[in-house]
Amino acid sequence: MFGTLTARLEDIFSKLQGKGKLDEKSVREALREIRLALLEADVNYRVVKDFVARIQESAVGEEVLSSITPGQQVVGIVYRELVRLLGDEAEPILWKGPMPLVIMLVGLQGSGKTTTAAKVASLLKARNKKVLLVAADVYRPAAVDQLRILADQLEVGFYRMDDVPPKEICTGAVERATREIVDVVILDTAGRLHINEPMMEELSGIAAGVKPRERLLVLDGMTGQDAVRAAQEFDKRLDLTGIIMTKLDGDARGGAALSVRAVTGKPIKFIGVGEKLEDLEPFHPSRIASRILGMGDVVTLVEKAQEKVDATKAATLQKKMRKGELTLEDFLDQLKQIKTMGSMDQLLKMIPGASKLGLNASAANDHELVRMEAIISSMTREERRKPYVLNGSRRKRIARGSGTRVQDVNRLLREFEAMRKMMKRFGSGMRGKKMLLGQFH
Amino acid sequence: MVTGAFGRLRGGLRRTREVLGRGLERLRTTRGAEREHALEELEQRLIEADVGVEAAVIIRDRLEEYLRTSPGPSLEELVGVIRKQLLDLMRAPVPPPLAEPEERVAPYVVLIAGVNGSGKTTSLGKLARHYAKEGHRVMVGAADTFRAAAVEQLAIWAQRAGADLVAQKPGADPASVAFDAVTAAKARGHSVVLLDTAGRQHTKVNLMNELAKIRRVVNKAHSGAPHESLLVLDATVGQNAVSQARLFHEVLELDGIFLAKVDGTAKGGVVVPIIRELGLPVRWLGVGEGIDDIEPFSPERFVEAMLAPQ
Ligand SMILES: Nc1nc2c(ncn2[C@@H]2O[C@H](COP(=O)(O)OP(=O)(O)OP(=O)(O)O)[C@@H](O)[C@H]2O)c(=O)[nH]1
Ligand SMILES: Nc1nc2c(ncn2[C@@H]2O[C@H](COP(=O)(O)OP(=O)(O)O)[C@@H](O)[C@H]2O)c(=O)[nH]1
Ligand SMILES: [Mg+2]
Ligand SMILES: [Mg+2]
Repeated sequence: MFGTLTARLEDIFSKLQGKGKLDEKSVREALREIRLALLEADVNYRVVKDFVARIQESAVGEEVLSSITPGQQVVGIVYRELVRLLGDEAEPILWKGPMPLVIMLVGLQGSGKTTTAAKVASLLKARNKKVLLVAADVYRPAAVDQLRILADQLEVGFYRMDDVPPKEICTGAVERATREIVDVVILDTAGRLHINEPMMEELSGIAAGVKPRERLLVLDGMTGQDAVRAAQEFDKRLDLTGIIMTKLDGDARGGAALSVRAVTGKPIKFIGVGEKLEDLEPFHPSRIASRILGMGDVVTLVEKAQEKVDATKAATLQKKMRKGELTLEDFLDQLKQIKTMGSMDQLLKMIPGASKLGLNASAANDHELVRMEAIISSMTREERRKPYVLNGSRRKRIARGSGTRVQDVNRLLREFEAMRKMMKRFGSGMRGKKMLLGQFH
Repeated sequence: MVTGAFGRLRGGLRRTREVLGRGLERLRTTRGAEREHALEELEQRLIEADVGVEAAVIIRDRLEEYLRTSPGPSLEELVGVIRKQLLDLMRAPVPPPLAEPEERVAPYVVLIAGVNGSGKTTSLGKLARHYAKEGHRVMVGAADTFRAAAVEQLAIWAQRAGADLVAQKPGADPASVAFDAVTAAKARGHSVVLLDTAGRQHTKVNLMNELAKIRRVVNKAHSGAPHESLLVLDATVGQNAVSQARLFHEVLELDGIFLAKVDGTAKGGVVVPIIRELGLPVRWLGVGEGIDDIEPFSPERFVEAMLAPQ
């Protein structure tokens, strides 16, 4: 699946570009593709409908029709609109107000509440806050044990109370927190269906009892069309203050983010990107937008690279990517760095065009990388910089040297070229557009 | 009592006809833009059930075709056409034989897998109870050694179901737990073994390799095992489930799907493209959090639920 959207957008892109100017028919065609792409990314049907209508307005309007690069314009408009809808980069946590800050986590069964409670605790502990984790899930077998184990691991406070309803557990916890001058109380509630009246009533009761300043919906990033209904129900009951999207470390496009944002208007505050307690990141609209569109998360990649690699090198690389001057040598460098940067599948998803290189999620294994590295390593410096000198006999030599087949060498070269071109295209489309350019800084 | 799509379904066929009625009436009697609109409504309902654009468009096209070739159809006929198309789409190309625990293979080993939080452990508890009620002696293996309190959770389900449990310390090698569970079951005369595994993202190669290893080791402990590998899907999941099914299938050669949480408002329609692409049958539905909230899958009822209003 991964990469089909990228490919399709590129298709629209080149189709439109070939024509130079844009007529209404190709706009319609492009819109249909965009609609399809969004639906496949699990954006809700109605949200897609509104979205496409809005895009149509701006696309058929003035600039695009007269533009020399209509394809880029359309993609730019879609991307910008997505980012806008996903909202501003919100202040992740509402600190202002009396202490302790009470954070209540709610959501459907298995969405990731307990793990997220611990992740938030971990984050705040690192900022020297005194945290109390509260086990308010009295239904799921061993739910209390699960939270206790996580609290122990983090060495933060833990609160449980047996044989009383969740509401009393929560009020008891907040009382203790006030007494002991705790900064933050995190309530881990049980998963529930939004149509389960008594269980939803229970949440309202807890909220009325302890008045949590943050009421966050924990939503599985793989959720489909039903995300809107669940989010609306929780919002209706609790007047949510935000959303945390989990499990975005897989290959889900996370279209539900757009849906819930559109129907509730509530900000997405964090995203969960793994099972470990440090795998929580602040939400960035531009990243999710490119993810939904399958464009790869360039910013995160660059940020990660900057953490590990020296900044000037990364900046040079970005510039090269934008200008389409990326060489196989740079690419080899990248491959080597990737190894030191973290889990493969996560990183690959951030590289635009990674899918073109055959690096889809299933093939995102070390084996593939090792082979690519071997091929490039078997080239001379000159060959890496000027791949066009690679004639048949050179390719044969490289295949022999790297223990691969000539087809493998050909494929790598072909795909590298495609990636280089695509980066250049996205790069030039971004120049002069503050919004899009912002993505790189 | 929670009444989701499946709870409300018990009214059966009539209800669907009533609901689809108005739209279908328009399909029957109008042309041009109005008919177009009615078709779009149907498409919307299907997409909102998570069947994906491709399947929705196929059904829409076939319906259009039908309207073109058989003028003046009755309401019954139209409902029938839509149901039949969905059922056709859900017919696995090569229906794999559904295994049943038999004496001959004892113990019959079932491996449960899926992404994080989909409902594996709960569904396993339900299966344990189901087999125990059928007179089997059930052993449960705690091969999720990763998630906090996973063993404690499973132990409670095993106890509820009247099954025995094999577990090791947190962090132990899951393949070794699975091996122990199967070996112990053989020695102690259990007829069914259910293996719980940790939730994992299907894109994480090392974790998928771990699953492959569990499968290999189980086979070493008992030839022919696992006799059944089930993927547990959360009914609220969207199109990503297709990728999940594909990659779990690659590693485990799945025998079927356990679709959990259909008691919510989500329809779980993503099994339609999964059946279409991978030929994987759905075997069970999870319809609640209780141990008896399990039903064998019936395509007819499933289709009814999918077409029902939300
Ligand atoms: N409403 C409803 N909830 C369910 C169903 N099946 C499971 N759940 C709930 O979903 C949540 C997750 O279930 P688990 O069985 O722990 O899921 P899991 O896949 O084992 O989770 P991990 O091991 O953490 O990956 C629990 O709160 C269950 O009670 C179902 O059919 N309906
Ligand atoms: N891969 C991944 N797994 C997660 C993430 N957040 C939670 N999980 C897993 O999802 C499963 C359910 O999480 P849990 O916190 O118990 O959910 P709860 O039922 O809502 O409390 C567990 O297996 C967690 O390890 C995430 O961001 N990525
Ligand atoms: Mg929990
Ligand atoms: Mg489990």
